[in-house]
Amino acid sequence: MTTIMNPGVTPTEIVRAALTGKRNDFRGTAFLISLMLALFLSLGVLVLLLWQVVRSAFPVFQERGVSFLTSDLASSPDKAGIAQGLWGSLVISAFVVAVAFPIGIAAGVYLEEYAKPNKMTRFIQINIRNLAGVPSVVYGILGLLVFVKAGESITGGRSVIAAGLTLAVLVLPIIVITTAESVRAVPSGLREAGFGVGATRWETTRDHVLPFAAPGILTGTMLAVARALGEAAPLILIGAITGRLAQAKDQGLIDRLQGKFTAVPMTIYGWANEPNKPGKETGLTFAQLTSAAIVVLVAVVLLINLVAIVLRNRFEKARSM
Amino acid sequence: MTTLTPARTQVTTVADLRGNAKRIRKERVVRTLLFAAAAFTIVISVLIVWTVFREAWTFLTGLADESGLGALIDDGKKPGWYPRDGRFDIATIVIGTFIVSIIAMMVATPLGLGSAIYLSEYASPRARRWLKPILEMLASIPSVVLGFFAIRFLGPNLIQPIFNTPSTKNLLVTGVAIGILVTPLMASITEDALRSVPQSLREASYGIGARKSVTTIKVVLPAAISGIVAAFIISISRAIGETMVAALASGALGQAPRTFHPTDSGLTMTAAMAQLASGTDNIAGSGLAFQSLFFVGAVLFVMTLVLNVIGDRFVQRVRNQY
Repeated sequence: MTTIMNPGVTPTEIVRAALTGKRNDFRGTAFLISLMLALFLSLGVLVLLLWQVVRSAFPVFQERGVSFLTSDLASSPDKAGIAQGLWGSLVISAFVVAVAFPIGIAAGVYLEEYAKPNKMTRFIQINIRNLAGVPSVVYGILGLLVFVKAGESITGGRSVIAAGLTLAVLVLPIIVITTAESVRAVPSGLREAGFGVGATRWETTRDHVLPFAAPGILTGTMLAVARALGEAAPLILIGAITGRLAQAKDQGLIDRLQGKFTAVPMTIYGWANEPNKPGKETGLTFAQLTSAAIVVLVAVVLLINLVAIVLRNRFEKARSM
Repeated sequence: MTTLTPARTQVTTVADLRGNAKRIRKERVVRTLLFAAAAFTIVISVLIVWTVFREAWTFLTGLADESGLGALIDDGKKPGWYPRDGRFDIATIVIGTFIVSIIAMMVATPLGLGSAIYLSEYASPRARRWLKPILEMLASIPSVVLGFFAIRFLGPNLIQPIFNTPSTKNLLVTGVAIGILVTPLMASITEDALRSVPQSLREASYGIGARKSVTTIKVVLPAAISGIVAAFIISISRAIGETMVAALASGALGQAPRTFHPTDSGLTMTAAMAQLASGTDNIAGSGLAFQSLFFVGAVLFVMTLVLNVIGDRFVQRVRNQY
């Protein structure tokens, strides 16, 4: 310890040094470093994963180019492509938009704007939160028994219709929850102004509450589509094809919707299990093809997420000003 | 325009107060439709419970007729999950699931907790604005992608060289990959809990001279403990229900001996289900093999539901606390 009599050091400096803690805060620094390490590792894995996949996928886009996107499933890595998977995923997203969006948004609006705080409402809320936590493979069982077996006359059995409906049901809780959150964030002054000029609840909701909550609802629905696009477990149970998917050339749209199908995540699952033998012509392996399919899927999913996040931040900023 | 002076006496009738009948009718129709949408979510729950448990019951009664319910816990010399031979040792796949989930939480808890504390307590608002979305993006990566990452990279390049596992596909690599998968979820719920701790608690701690690290560990974390417990439970539930990583990376194909070693190949409940479903055409022998899928699904559903209900309790406690 320095004494007060030390030449060149004023008492003020000593007191300040003691108060501002010039002593080495070793434990504090170690704590901070371990926190940063945790975050760095979590994010580093993402970078590593993307880097590995892109590197492995690069030769596919080089050798095959657009034909990888336009070819059907095949047993040779020289010919196989993700066209059928893209079509399946597109139809599934369409079902999510057409079925889950209206029901989910309506349910969210009901819970926030209309429902009275009674037992029934609480039951519905708890039920939705629990539905959101049900493993996706269990939704697959639901899809298999309800849409594939019981609804065979409409869906055509193990078809993309059954898959689309199952995934619509799977993302429904997400849409309800995000809608309810966005509607809850609408200032009550807006509603009161509506009621004050004599508008009914629905007129107020339609003209004032929903437009205000729209960005939040939009973000939630986009994330729901992204989730549905990446989901593979329910598709296994519904019976998406992984090997070769033969389709008649002159198939009509209804026949195609009711027939056998695959989707991009299912194609990835199938190819990931293939033996790693290079194709004779291009020298590409199914591992590289899998990587390429992942690049396509992750690019779409991340793009949707990115747009959703940017939208949310932009509106949050506009609101706070 | 009518005159504004109230010279003419206007009689207000009941019909005037009742409002426009058409608008009221519309209001009622809309309310009914919106309620129907909310009630539809209950229909989904009922359908899940009804279908899963009915088919599980069919399996159990079928098994009781065929070989007795004793087949569910194999006490032979080499117990295991061999659905094609009519041996349904549920313990094998439950143990597999537990091993994988414990490993996953050993990865996700420090990473998720650390990231959340850094983002909530230490990161500048500017850094947070960048880091949080990136972490959210990690959450959006499809699980089948992480499964592929596990069998092509984590298994051969990381787990096998370090732990000297017999195969690149095993329960350990499955657990690590699922841990990576649930880290963002863990971080996100924990961060919400930490940020809901009132600023005044931190200021009180600084006021009596505590440092940032001490404040974080001794004041903020204990105050947010409900939320952290919720994050942990919900993450476990997610790890137990995760299917694609387990189906790709756990190593066993449709059947597995009972094992307690993480470095062995094995089966989780979800992997067993996925493989029973994708092998539908090949499964010969016991007619109950495919049906066992629903029984496993019922067990999985109950396990995750119990965890989710408990986790939800803790989340609600955080909401009500501050």
